[in-house]
Amino acid sequence: MPADALRGRAMSSRTNPALATGRSMPTRRNTELVMLIFAVLVVMAAQAIVDATVRGAVGLDVVYYGAGFAGLWLIAHLVVRRFARYADPLILPAVALLNGLGLVLIARLDFAAELDAQSSGEALPGGDAPLQLAWTLVGLLLFVAVLVLIRDHRVLAKYGYTLGAGGVVLLALPALLPSSLSEVNGAKIWIRVAGFSIQPGEFAKIAVLVFFAAYLVAKRDVLSLASRRVLGLELPRGRDLGPVMVVWLASLGVLVFEKDLGSSLLIFGIFIVMLYIATERVSWLAIGLLLFSAGAYVAYQLFSHVRVRVQVWIDPFAFRDDEGFQIVQSLFGLGTGGLFGTGLGNGRPDSLNVYAKTDFIVTTIGEELGLFGLVAVLMLYLLLVERGFRTSLLVRDAFGKLLAAGLAFSVALQVFVVVGGVTKLIPLTGLTTPFVSYGGSSLVANFALVALLVRISDAARRPESPIGAPPPLAEAKTEIVAR
Amino acid sequence: MTAAIVVQTFRFGFLILLWLFIFAAFRVVKADLFGAGPARVSPVPRRGAPAAKQAKRKGPKGPRQLVVTGGSLTGTRITLGTQPILVGRADDSTVVLTDDFASSRHARLTNRDGDWYVEDLGSTNGTYLDRARVAGPTLIPSGAPIRIGKTVLELRS
Repeated sequence: MPADALRGRAMSSRTNPALATGRSMPTRRNTELVMLIFAVLVVMAAQAIVDATVRGAVGLDVVYYGAGFAGLWLIAHLVVRRFARYADPLILPAVALLNGLGLVLIARLDFAAELDAQSSGEALPGGDAPLQLAWTLVGLLLFVAVLVLIRDHRVLAKYGYTLGAGGVVLLALPALLPSSLSEVNGAKIWIRVAGFSIQPGEFAKIAVLVFFAAYLVAKRDVLSLASRRVLGLELPRGRDLGPVMVVWLASLGVLVFEKDLGSSLLIFGIFIVMLYIATERVSWLAIGLLLFSAGAYVAYQLFSHVRVRVQVWIDPFAFRDDEGFQIVQSLFGLGTGGLFGTGLGNGRPDSLNVYAKTDFIVTTIGEELGLFGLVAVLMLYLLLVERGFRTSLLVRDAFGKLLAAGLAFSVALQVFVVVGGVTKLIPLTGLTTPFVSYGGSSLVANFALVALLVRISDAARRPESPIGAPPPLAEAKTEIVAR
Repeated sequence: MTAAIVVQTFRFGFLILLWLFIFAAFRVVKADLFGAGPARVSPVPRRGAPAAKQAKRKGPKGPRQLVVTGGSLTGTRITLGTQPILVGRADDSTVVLTDDFASSRHARLTNRDGDWYVEDLGSTNGTYLDRARVAGPTLIPSGAPIRIGKTVLELRS
């Protein structure tokens, strides 16, 4: 789009910071750097403690890995400094700490698995931590790419329908592929090509989210104005229910054809909440809950895997040797952790759980760092979500508002579903803990999500008032248009 | 295996470190929230407030902020510089109103030697300065409410 490129250049050439109108905001990049260094130090301390406890000595490894990790995030910081000067200073450090803690825990679980294999005389399993570090690098590259390529988040609104269609294709792809290429542990949510397996649903989530924001900004007046009042609730007209029904059916489709409870819940939840934010009407929440209940009931009646999940949730100890094994071990792990945990490297999360690195990493945190540590990690997520909503409040354009709120809410909902599932608050669904769990797709996709948040927060806090607005007509230069 | 005392130190030391990070992060949040200027704006515009009395309290530099005290944008504040401020429903206005009674280019606030003037840009429903309809550029006394549709703006020092 040449017009956009031009506009972008005009924007950057406007360097006068004393532009009268906006809120004058410092860039806060140095705060970000200090917090990033703090985060890296915490991660290095964690690794040193694990080494000291598990291996009995702290080697130079800590320094090497620490330096590598710090280098990765320094690159991210420099890119933000260059391309998103006014971005929120806390998003990056919070993500860095979560990601670092995840890496330390995965390396620690790798080592425990090695010990297990040694004692039972089996072949040593390959570690997952180096792979996760490689994925972190890929994620950071995507982060940089998004920040460099998307200079103005509003460009995304133009590609709303394209991204929406792409998201649906990504979401549906594993269901259409033969099971040999897409099924792992009963869930058809993978694409396995040449030794790599990726979960397209993670990327689909973001694409669909952008589409929701673009669509709702365009249609929100229709959705919020035309209504009838029934029983004190402003109900929308029947035909305006169309999009909700489509998303509802799509998320049910994910559940039916891919057996993926988590993604299904995530997509429907995000849509309902974005609809609510766009229209400010409580009735959408009521309709959403109603549809959710109906869908949940039907799914419970029709599908055995949903039924099993619910039964395990109600009484996991009745199934402690088969389906309920993971959740029972998770509860034992959390119980062992208690208030202050066993200390890093002192727990036995490895022998408890097959999925200790992925779905159940929250249990590992709870066991080794206790309730205090787990709450601290949840606070980091809270921080990230809060910064997202704050960005949403500050940014001036409706699309940015809706997108930032949607991104923030998607993180919140995902964390709720994971932690709720692991602690037996709600039935267990297979979702990853953002930034912490082992898993390339989730990590890389979430880096893209954070890049979008950083981009919007930069626009929100930039002191120039109407970002990228053309000059008033009276002051514009006369142009001769060649034909 | 490491000595028990060391393990315990690690155990609690790390938790303290983790919470120190959270504490530091929330300090940043706090600085972000309360760093800029005094806090709240009273949402109720003082009707017919004695403008002269307020004008006396005006500092030598004149007003520094434009505050929205009524309508859907209540609470919004904009730091004043020397550039004019456009008010209206158009996207490129400085204050973008979502007010059905406002025109797309409704009014302009201009600075002349530290004094602010309000000027109606041919709006449909008019701009009112403290009850009186604005015809030409009019000096805004500090604290006098400017009414545009349902929105009320005020200059504050």
